[in-house]
Amino acid sequence: MALTPLRRRVRAQSDDDELLARLRAGEEEAFLALVERHHESMVRVAGSFVASRAVAEEVVQETWLAVLRGLDGFAGRSSFRTWLLAILVNRARSTGVREHRSIAVGDAGPAVDRSRFDVSGAWMSPPVHWIEDSEDRMVADGMASRIHSALADLSARQREVVLLRDVEGLSSGEVCEVLDISEGNQRVLLHRGRSHLRQVLETEFGAV
Amino acid sequence: MSVFWRRDELVCRQVVELVSDYLEGALPRSERRRFERHLAGCEHCTEYLAQMRATIALTGRLEPEDLTPQMREEFSALYRRWLSDDD
Repeated sequence: MALTPLRRRVRAQSDDDELLARLRAGEEEAFLALVERHHESMVRVAGSFVASRAVAEEVVQETWLAVLRGLDGFAGRSSFRTWLLAILVNRARSTGVREHRSIAVGDAGPAVDRSRFDVSGAWMSPPVHWIEDSEDRMVADGMASRIHSALADLSARQREVVLLRDVEGLSSGEVCEVLDISEGNQRVLLHRGRSHLRQVLETEFGAV
Repeated sequence: MSVFWRRDELVCRQVVELVSDYLEGALPRSERRRFERHLAGCEHCTEYLAQMRATIALTGRLEPEDLTPQMREEFSALYRRWLSDDD
């Protein structure tokens, strides 16, 4: 059975702690195992800040070097992953060419096109059904991969939040810590991002 | 039940903007009740909420890929570089 991001994360955290202990004991294999576990998510997250996959991979490498150098300083107050991603985001931000200071226009629009409601605010063009009973079935139909390509449509800030929350399975508090944003800001970005992804699925998979 | 509360009822257009706060548990209790009261009587918003939940679940279905042998080499080199730095 596929694990939800949360269950995956709980399982992963104890594995991280064990690998970290072995890395501190000087075991190269433990380092490579940690890299392997986190590589794809780090490239994805870094990729939302920088212009190309090549640059994202450079940022990931720099991050691991910073992790190795900072091993003694990691006190374990947050999870290893939160610590790792915070370092990554800081590096990616200083490398990144994208602008992050203000909320982009796309972050403030409605969740659903206004024309779908009547003047009283009730649905005029209600959501078209596309959900199937089995999540595996929906994955097999290509819905998950459609979402992952639709992540590219989001503003960088929305994408970062959606990636960390819904792909990487971080809690809202951890996302705020990693990205250094407020809870309220996080929710706005998450709302916009998720709403867009839902709309993409409805448009492409909704039976008319 | 007060006769005034209906004036306060949410409309669908507002509900879709509150869905994330609802799922995040960020709605104050009274607002949460209004939200749930609306859902109880609105099949379209109920469908909408289910679609948001499905979207979130599907977004979480991306699995990490294995490192390529070339990347393993690069990270192995990085580790050794760090070891030799570390006097």
